[in-house]
Amino acid sequence: MLSKLLGKNLGLKISTLLVFMFIHIPIGFIIIYAFSTDEKTFQFPIPGFTTKWFGVAWDRKDIWDAIILSVQVASISTLLAIFLGTLASLAVYRSQFFGKEIISFLVILPIALPGIVTGISLRSALNLLGIPFSTWTIVIAHATFCIVTVYNNVLARLRRSSHSLVEASMDLGASPWQTFRFVVLPNVATALLAGGMLSFALSFDEVIVTTFTAGQQSTVPIWMLTEFVRPRQRPVTNVVAVFVILVTTLPILAAYFLTREDDRSK
Amino acid sequence: MDRIFTFLFYRKSLAIFLLLSPLLIWLGIVYIGSLFTLLIQSFFSVDSFSGVIKHEFTLETYYDLFKLSTNWDIFIRTSLMALSVTIMSAILAFPVAYYMAMYAGPKLRPILYLGIMLPLWSSYLVKVYAWKMLMAKEGIITWVLEKIGLTFVLDGILSIPVIGGPSLSFSYIGMFLVFLYLWLPYMILPIQASLERIPKSLLEASSDLGGNPSITFRKVVFPLAFPGVVAGSIFTFSLTLGDYIIPTIIGNSSYFIGMAVYTHQGTAGNIPLAAAFSVVPIIIMMVYLNIAKRLGAFDAL
Repeated sequence: MLSKLLGKNLGLKISTLLVFMFIHIPIGFIIIYAFSTDEKTFQFPIPGFTTKWFGVAWDRKDIWDAIILSVQVASISTLLAIFLGTLASLAVYRSQFFGKEIISFLVILPIALPGIVTGISLRSALNLLGIPFSTWTIVIAHATFCIVTVYNNVLARLRRSSHSLVEASMDLGASPWQTFRFVVLPNVATALLAGGMLSFALSFDEVIVTTFTAGQQSTVPIWMLTEFVRPRQRPVTNVVAVFVILVTTLPILAAYFLTREDDRSK
Repeated sequence: MDRIFTFLFYRKSLAIFLLLSPLLIWLGIVYIGSLFTLLIQSFFSVDSFSGVIKHEFTLETYYDLFKLSTNWDIFIRTSLMALSVTIMSAILAFPVAYYMAMYAGPKLRPILYLGIMLPLWSSYLVKVYAWKMLMAKEGIITWVLEKIGLTFVLDGILSIPVIGGPSLSFSYIGMFLVFLYLWLPYMILPIQASLERIPKSLLEASSDLGGNPSITFRKVVFPLAFPGVVAGSIFTFSLTLGDYIIPTIIGNSSYFIGMAVYTHQGTAGNIPLAAAFSVVPIIIMMVYLNIAKRLGAFDAL
């Protein structure tokens, strides 16, 4: 019996380990390839190590343009998502009204439907209205699917925090504004920040919806996609890939620890 | 500020209305509006001589869409890929989720959780690119197989008709691997969440009543975790259905729904046909979400 149980556990451990290797190892190779001296192929083992591609990438104006555009788009979309998502989560929390479930459905729809649907919808609407593609059309698209991260994070925090704090504050004579400012807001602050960071990472990485709503401009993912199809300097693409890993991973880690602390204090 | 808040505090419905209106205006106009535009455009048609869109109601575009057997091939190909990716993800995800929820200690669990979260959120394109590297003819997979003398296994798999191809990066098998790699974390997390929610007392009750571990698993654990599997399948299915990057970069350049939409609206400039094409995944997803809802997937999300 015991050995049987142990054996079953061992099987689970091995399959977990294998799946983890499967999901993590490929990303590791990106980092190795960024240092390769091989310019033309994905030859393995790589012939030699060099850091020169980091310098080459640094001097490329097209890369900087793409990064600047991506940061602009991600920042503005995140701010919009924070505004829209937070207000909505405050409204939904602890209140009953007709169509409440529709709100959650509406917020999740832009990411639940395939990206291609969101992309082509926005594009066809922009076309029909005669709105030219610009940074703003990308922002409008990104904000739409970023709302859900802020909304979900803040709503989850509101649901977990105890309402008696709000009641206590009001009982002790605080005005609704003071209660909001000194009780509710500090309570949701880290969830807000976490939602914002996830939204930033989501926008920074989005490619499918972006290809439909961008004109001639390139965000970082669009730049990468162009390089995949028509490679100019493969090692430079590898360097940008490493950069993208960093830019998307750091906010995710931060968001994780921001929402985690709250679980512990609970 | 103080006065505004106090004023609104005693008028709950007005407050709710004011808090919600920005979101409703945004999603209502930008998103739902666009979806409707798309739907309407699918009922327009393109003049075959001038290439100009005729803004009048017609079912011609849908007729064109379903008339061609090549289009049916696209729907079937995409749906089959989505289905097989979903099934394989569920098979691979379940033991991992099970281990995380039932056996991992309080120290290991957050590490494992983060280990799923990070790849889930990290860059989609970088991950696709990583696989292009791995699967390249001169790349790592070939090298490893050569070293351990298993090249013939890969050659054998690639020589299977339909799913094989000249190399991993030009075959359905390669595409399947990349999809599986990309969406697997989306399957693990909901299953893990639903397994974690199973009260331990139920497991004890089952064994007290004489159920051995395998009966407990089949009669208690699995049925309770199944909504999680369905919840995860929503992601794996929908994401495969709409993707057009992977079929463009990896695979034998046969069309998937996303690619067809992209090509029709772009180079061909036939927005009505592209719109009609994208109505198909919407309908497939609607049906899928409906079934998922009945299986309790939304409570597991």
